[in-house]
Amino acid sequence: MYTEKVMDHFSNPRNMGEIENADGVGTVGNAKCGDIMRIYLKIEKGIVEDVKFKTFGCGAAIATSSMATELVKGKTVQEALHVTNKAVMEALDGLPKVKVHCSLLAEEALQAALWDYAKKNGIVIEGLKEPKEEDHDHELDDEEE
Amino acid sequence: MDKTIIYFDHAATTSTKKEVLDEMLPYFTQSFGNPSSIYNFAVSNKNAIDVARDQVAKAIGADEKEIFFTSGGTEADNWAIKGIAESYKAKGNHIITTSIEHHAVLHTCEYLAKNGYEITYLPVDSDGLINLDQLRSAIKDTTILITIMFANNEIGTVQDVEAIGKIAKEKGVIFHTDAVQAVGHLPIDVHAMNIDLLSMSGHKLYGPKGTGALYVKKGVKLKAFMHGGAQEKGRRAGTENVPGIVGLGKAIELATNHMEEESIRQAKLRDYLIGQVLDKIPYSRLNGHKVNRLPNNVNFSFQFIEGEALLIMLDLKGVSASSGSACTSGSLDPSHVLLAIGLPHEIAHGSLRITFGEKSTLEEVDYLIEILQGIVIRLREMSPLYDDFLEKQR
Repeated sequence: MYTEKVMDHFSNPRNMGEIENADGVGTVGNAKCGDIMRIYLKIEKGIVEDVKFKTFGCGAAIATSSMATELVKGKTVQEALHVTNKAVMEALDGLPKVKVHCSLLAEEALQAALWDYAKKNGIVIEGLKEPKEEDHDHELDDEEE
Repeated sequence: MDKTIIYFDHAATTSTKKEVLDEMLPYFTQSFGNPSSIYNFAVSNKNAIDVARDQVAKAIGADEKEIFFTSGGTEADNWAIKGIAESYKAKGNHIITTSIEHHAVLHTCEYLAKNGYEITYLPVDSDGLINLDQLRSAIKDTTILITIMFANNEIGTVQDVEAIGKIAKEKGVIFHTDAVQAVGHLPIDVHAMNIDLLSMSGHKLYGPKGTGALYVKKGVKLKAFMHGGAQEKGRRAGTENVPGIVGLGKAIELATNHMEEESIRQAKLRDYLIGQVLDKIPYSRLNGHKVNRLPNNVNFSFQFIEGEALLIMLDLKGVSASSGSACTSGSLDPSHVLLAIGLPHEIAHGSLRITFGEKSTLEEVDYLIEILQGIVIRLREMSPLYDDFLEKQR
């Protein structure tokens, strides 16, 4: 049911763990729906120097977290902002329809971490919106297989 | 051991036994005649069906006239519930069931609810048992059917069917039980237990898929579900699935012959696995009743982890099992059974069901215990819920 890439990122997740005194931390999802993602960012001079994740969730949730962290590592904050669920999904060679919400969660976790970083440092990141609280409503996205 | 698959999902389905298949095969190519035909070679097929009917009847203490073949457990459930609802409409419109039924019963009841029937869903306690007093007081003048499963497919809890049958008889209400997981695993005597209708399936007991039967007690009115020819005494039309029926009969016969020794053997494996896992894996719990449970069923919840991820990791190590997590059900809610026994959502998401079969061994169980510990540790390392929990402990 999963692509080889998903299985690879699930079995050998990249950047799993946490960063002490991270510059930004974002947690999204809720236990009720069965998935929670937390992303930690270490940002220096506008560059994502390090990134880690922790995820409670299914195989796709773990794989998308892993891929999302890989995609933002070494990028500028502006570039990181443009790592969307679509980009994560494409990098994984697709996800089953019922798992598309997992990739949305990865995007949201990343943005929540960036928001936290911006807030802590009193800066404004252009194009970044404040994450909504607990709004992970499992809207299914039909566009990708 | 890594190379071979360890199959621990016998409640989902079983393989068709060689002896069963051998009985079935001649009815595909040689004795292919339509049992309704007049010529001699087709008549032997009618006899084959009679033999199977007898085998099925014997397994549950019924008379062979009370057995009707269906396409499986789901059809048997649908027929029993919709059929009684229609046949006894004049008496009333109230049906009593439980919150932990299989979807074949639950969704059928929901369908009837949309069509003017009133459904009472009895709650269950934390072990998955209904309260008999609650059942008694739920019965009213308009109650036409009590449908309560014999043994639960997820958590393995076995209801006190005899007591339910007694109450139903006292109150003059028809009692149907979905016994798909129980037939061939637990002793059943439909007459002694006052069961009026009972559903069963072939592929859960080493018979072919697409086969099942409904037992209908003599005297119970049940409208036809399939209309057409006069098969099954006019109550279930359609040319009989002769190879399937033969296979079901043989499979049930074999299962009941081995039942006593097998259930003792599997219950030992079950209790060993439960003891070991609860001992070795912290923050784990057993779901379902400790004693009143199917001999082949184990259901755990592991806190802070999600069931689908657990299943994939087990699969990567060669173990096939199942879970009540939302991600494995295709829906977004975890199992209704786990929620009904009072588990919070996040714990219901982290469930694992192991169901043994005749070929399951202690060696396989030991392998499972060994790999399970590592997998649970690994997934907890990844889990922010576990972090938060440890944080709170500090």
